[in-house]
Amino acid sequence: MSRTIRLNPIACDGSGLCAELLPERIRLDEWGYPIVDPSPLTPELERHAERAVAACPTLALLLAKKRG
Amino acid sequence: MSSASASDRLTATGLPRLLAGLRRDGAPLGLDAHLAVHGPLPSPSGLVELVAKSGLRGRGGGGFPAGRKLAVVASGRRRPVVVANGTEGEPVSFKDKTLLRRAPHLVLDGTALAAAAIGAGEAFVAVARDAPEEIAAVSRALGERRSRRLDRGVTLQLVEVPPGFVSGEETALVNVLNGGPAKPTFAPPRPFERGVRGAPTLVQNVETLAHMALIARLGPDWFRGIGTEAEPGSALFTVSGAVTRPGVYEAAFGTPIRALLAQAGGVRGAPGAFLVGGYFGSWVNPFEAQGLSLDDAALSSAGAALGAGAVVVLPEVACGLDQAARVARYLANESAGQCGPCLNGLSALAGALETLAAGRGDSRADALRWLQQVRGRGACRHPDGVVRFIESSLAVFSDEVELHLRRGCSGRQGAFLPTDGGRR
Repeated sequence: MSRTIRLNPIACDGSGLCAELLPERIRLDEWGYPIVDPSPLTPELERHAERAVAACPTLALLLAKKRG
Repeated sequence: MSSASASDRLTATGLPRLLAGLRRDGAPLGLDAHLAVHGPLPSPSGLVELVAKSGLRGRGGGGFPAGRKLAVVASGRRRPVVVANGTEGEPVSFKDKTLLRRAPHLVLDGTALAAAAIGAGEAFVAVARDAPEEIAAVSRALGERRSRRLDRGVTLQLVEVPPGFVSGEETALVNVLNGGPAKPTFAPPRPFERGVRGAPTLVQNVETLAHMALIARLGPDWFRGIGTEAEPGSALFTVSGAVTRPGVYEAAFGTPIRALLAQAGGVRGAPGAFLVGGYFGSWVNPFEAQGLSLDDAALSSAGAALGAGAVVVLPEVACGLDQAARVARYLANESAGQCGPCLNGLSALAGALETLAAGRGDSRADALRWLQQVRGRGACRHPDGVVRFIESSLAVFSDEVELHLRRGCSGRQGAFLPTDGGRR
C-alpha cells in the first residue's frame, strides 16, 4: 500500500522545512509555501517523508493512503 | 424582473415554475397564496428516489447530482442535519435572494421535505446578515408555518451568517453553525460525512431545494418535461449589466442565450463581452454567444459553464481588461486569507492584471506562471475559481492586452461590474 504526502494549506505557515527534507516531492512557491507532488512515495522516500511530517512546526503535513 | 400574478397558469413552455404566481409588488407570497399556486405540502416519502430520477443538479454552482447527495447524507450512521444555503455571496447573482424574498415558502417546503426524507430533525436556513428583506421574508414565513404546525417532526430555523464571497462555501457555513468563523475548513471530512455538530450534513442551495418542493408535488417526469436530456428542468438566471431590464429570469436548460437576453428586454447598445457563470465563470465574445444555449454541454464548447446562472453583459465601451482587474482585486480581497497560495497568489495575479490594464508593462509571463502555481492549492475552491476567471480574461481580452501594451486603453475605465457585495 503506497502512501502520499498531503498538505493542510490552512495549517501551513510556510516554514519551508518540508522542502528541505523532502525535495523529491516538495518545492516552494515564490512566497515560500510548499507545492506538493501527490505521486506515491517510493519505499526509499518513506523515511524522509516521515521526517518531513514530524518536522513541520504547524503539523500541516500528513501522510495519507493514496486515494482512488 | 419577471412578475407574474397569482392567476397566471403555466404557459406552453411549462414556465414559470419556481417564479409562478409571484406578487407584482415584490412582497413575499404568504402561505395561503403559496399553497394556492403550488398545491398542498406533499408527503416526503420516496423523495430521494424522485429527485434522483428527476436529474436535478445543485444550483449553487457546483452542479452535483441532488439525489445522490440526499442519498449519501441519509446513509450516514447519525441523524443528519440540513442546511439550506441562501447566502449567495456572488455580487452578480440575485436569484437566491429573489426566491427567499418573494417565494420563501417554496424554499421552506423543499427544506422541510428534504429533511423529512433523509430523517433529519433539524434544518437551518442560512441567509447573509446584509440581506434584511430576505431575512424578514423567511422569518415571517417560518412564523406562518409554525402557527399552522405545517412541518411536524422538523425544526426549521433561520440563521444569519456573516456576508462575504466565501462565507457560503459549504465548509465555511458548517463552521459558522458550529460556532466558528465564516471561513472554510480543511476537508475531508466533508460536511456530508461530518458537518454541523459532527452529524452528516446536507448543505443544499435554496434554489435546488425549491425545485425539490415541486418535484415532490409533480414528479420527475414533469420535471424532465423541459430542458435537455442531460440537463433537465429549468433554472433561475440573474441577468445584469447592459440589458434593458436587469433581473432574475427563469428559463429551461438549453434555452438560447439570445432568448434569455430577450426576456431581459434585450442588450442595450453594442455588447463587448458576456460574462457567463458569474465571477468564477468565463467571458464569451458576443459573436460566439449568439449561437450558444444555456446548458453546460453547449457552453463547454466556448470554455464556459453555467455555474449559478449569472450572466453579465459588458458594453463595448467598457474596457474589459479594466473590469477583469477590478473583479480580480475584489476576489483576491475576498480570500479568507487562510491559505498561503490564495492569500499571496491572488493578490499578485490581481496586480498583474492591474499592470496590464493601466498599460504599465507586460506582466503576462508572471500571470501565467502564478496561474499555474495557485491552481488547486487552497483548502476550498476559491483560488481555482479566480484562476479560471483570470485565465478567461487573458484569453478573451488578448487583443485588448496588445492594444494596452502598444497604445494604451481605448475603452472606458471605472466601476461597471459590482465589487461591493452587490446588494441592491
